[in-house]
Amino acid sequence: MAKKVLVLAESRDGALRNVSFEAIAAAKEISGGGEVFAVLCGDSVQSLANELIHYGADRVLVAENEKLANYTTDGYFQALKQIINDESPEAIVFGHTSLGKDLSPRLAARLESGLISDVTGLEQAGENTVFTRPVYSGKAFEKKLINDGLIFVTVRPNNISPLEKDESRTGEVKSVSVEIKDLRTIVKEVVRKASTGVDLSEAKIIVAGGRGVKSEDGFKPLQELADVLGAAVGASRGACDADYCDYSLQIGQTGKVVTPDLYIACGISGAIQHLAGMSNSKVIVAINKDPEASIFSVADYGIVGDLFEVVPLLTEEFKKVLV
Amino acid sequence: MNIFVILKRTFDTEEKISVSNNKISEDSAEFIINPYDEYAIEEAITLKDAHGGTVTVVTVGDEDSEKELRTALAMGADQAVLISNEDLDSQDQYTTSSVLAAYFKDKEYDIILGGNVAIDNGTGQVGPRLAELLDIPHVTTITKIEINGTAVNIERDVEGDLEKIETTLPLLVTAQQGLNEPRYPSLPGIMKAKKKPLETLELDDLDIDEDDVEAKTKTVEVYLPPKKEAGKILSGDTADQVKELVSLLRNEAKVI
Ligand SMILES: Cc1cc2nc3c(=O)[nH]c(=O)nc-3n(C[C@H](O)[C@H](O)[C@H](O)COP(=O)(O)OP(=O)(O)OC[C@H]3O[C@@H](n4cnc5c(N)ncnc54)[C@H](O)[C@@H]3O)c2cc1C
Ligand SMILES: Cc1cc2nc3c(=O)[nH]c(=O)nc-3n(C[C@H](O)[C@H](O)[C@H](O)COP(=O)(O)OP(=O)(O)OC[C@H]3O[C@@H](n4cnc5c(N)ncnc54)[C@H](O)[C@@H]3O)c2cc1C
Repeated sequence: MAKKVLVLAESRDGALRNVSFEAIAAAKEISGGGEVFAVLCGDSVQSLANELIHYGADRVLVAENEKLANYTTDGYFQALKQIINDESPEAIVFGHTSLGKDLSPRLAARLESGLISDVTGLEQAGENTVFTRPVYSGKAFEKKLINDGLIFVTVRPNNISPLEKDESRTGEVKSVSVEIKDLRTIVKEVVRKASTGVDLSEAKIIVAGGRGVKSEDGFKPLQELADVLGAAVGASRGACDADYCDYSLQIGQTGKVVTPDLYIACGISGAIQHLAGMSNSKVIVAINKDPEASIFSVADYGIVGDLFEVVPLLTEEFKKVLV
Repeated sequence: MNIFVILKRTFDTEEKISVSNNKISEDSAEFIINPYDEYAIEEAITLKDAHGGTVTVVTVGDEDSEKELRTALAMGADQAVLISNEDLDSQDQYTTSSVLAAYFKDKEYDIILGGNVAIDNGTGQVGPRLAELLDIPHVTTITKIEINGTAVNIERDVEGDLEKIETTLPLLVTAQQGLNEPRYPSLPGIMKAKKKPLETLELDDLDIDEDDVEAKTKTVEVYLPPKKEAGKILSGDTADQVKELVSLLRNEAKVI
């Protein structure tokens, strides 16, 4: 049955996040030939609307309001609630991002609906869409569906392929005025720590360092390798706690969940909380001097050795072959 | 101050996981307090030390959850409530939050603390859902909280960035790693915990009709990922290993 599906688009530093394009692809599949419309919230986001259409949205609603400049739960909640009331979508897709995780359960509670969080795949089974999601820190998977009523899901970044961008696609872009009343939580300040550049959760290649990197300087060879590969640098909790790098680089259950094509773990032991954030990476390389380290149990390729010797050699070798 | 912690007993995911009958097997599984809820308990006790009041831990679970509640009492919580889920046929986050909301309906609370996510099911839904049902604001993934009267200043982790938030009580917050270092229960704490009040409630006590809280979602399959073939551990001298790795990544894995 054809469905009308709402996708909440997210932007960061004035650009749309890839997860929004992935959400559109998921929405298309759920819609079964129905309509996919995207919602953009912010204080000046109109210019981003067409790109959503290029990635498959049929139309875009732009809710601009100065109270939406920064994400607040109440502000976005009120905007989305109003749009959902007006449009009555049969399905809703958000990214499983900080924003999506904060907002979706609250909306689901108000809508008295089920919510399937952190979806990594979906398929049609007869009348139903069945969603796959990891459980038990990524050690197992479950397939779930919503019994009846509104289908509401959040999709994990970097797992569902976006549709091919088609700049010739056109669609309606409409401004909607939303009324935002009191905000009970106010954002006083955002301290940006995450480095600009490649967004870890969307990176195709990640070079990650752990406590084995031994110092802040120890991250330099990793950064050099990353530069050659066009990769992002990540870290384990161990490295963050030891002050070798900022917490914004942390990968794992508490930090970012990543699914790159290639994950190179250097001096990381492979604790379950770390694995929870990266074990679904397509190809995993482990470099560790301890042959017993659990990271080797998830690695496709392993080098047992000193990262300070191996990583610079790798950088040199890649430089040779990538020219 | 009336301080509440919502706590989940979870499967220790550090343990080996196996699936039987389309379910994660609980035989010989280890259960623990969800680690993020430990941060919530620790913070609740710290708030009580600073502002006075009582700390109540609440869980929706089976009778075995008493063990985790006693641990929370041993850490320093004052009283515990076990809402039995044994009459429920199906339970998802909609169910759990609805049951908790029924419990809180006639309670006076200044702050409710929970974990940012349960490590087994891992949705992070229960906190924000409950806040909405109680019509109070929520702040997720907090790493610092200061309360002055009813004014609250919070720092939260947003994908590595730090957001400073101002809000007011009553409030629900969810704990992120970094909020504090949870204490271990002390021996005297464990002794005292045995005598602290632990109330068990049935759904009837909360005037809940099972049908009204029936799960909105259904799990149709639980499975383990296909066993990964043992990775290739390279050998030889380091320079050769590095050359081989680069070639494997380009020609076999084709990721570069
Ligand atoms: C509730 C909770 C949440 C958590 N969340 C996360 C999370 O999100 N992310 C996360 O990463 N952790 C998390 N942790 C922490 C986790 O349990 C581990 O403590 C942490 O991942 C360890 O980091 P590490 O592997 O860098 O350090 P270690 O375990 O100390 O490992 C260092 C490794 O480096 C190797 N090494 C040392 N020197 C060299 C060298 N010269 N060359 C090569 N190898 C070398 C060693 O052999 C060792 O294997 C969490 C813990 C808890 C309780
Ligand atoms: C008999 C039975 C059947 C079940 N069937 C299903 C099913 O069909 N589908 C399904 O999805 N799940 C099912 N569950 C699991 C259970 O419903 C969920 O685990 C629960 O709703 C919490 O969701 P979560 O694990 O996503 O927690 P999250 O939302 O990730 O938890 C976040 C925080 O909320 C609080 N919290 C979570 N759970 C509780 C609780 N029980 N009591 C108090 N505070 C809590 C904690 O502070 C926790 O840190 C079943 C459980 C039982 C016992």
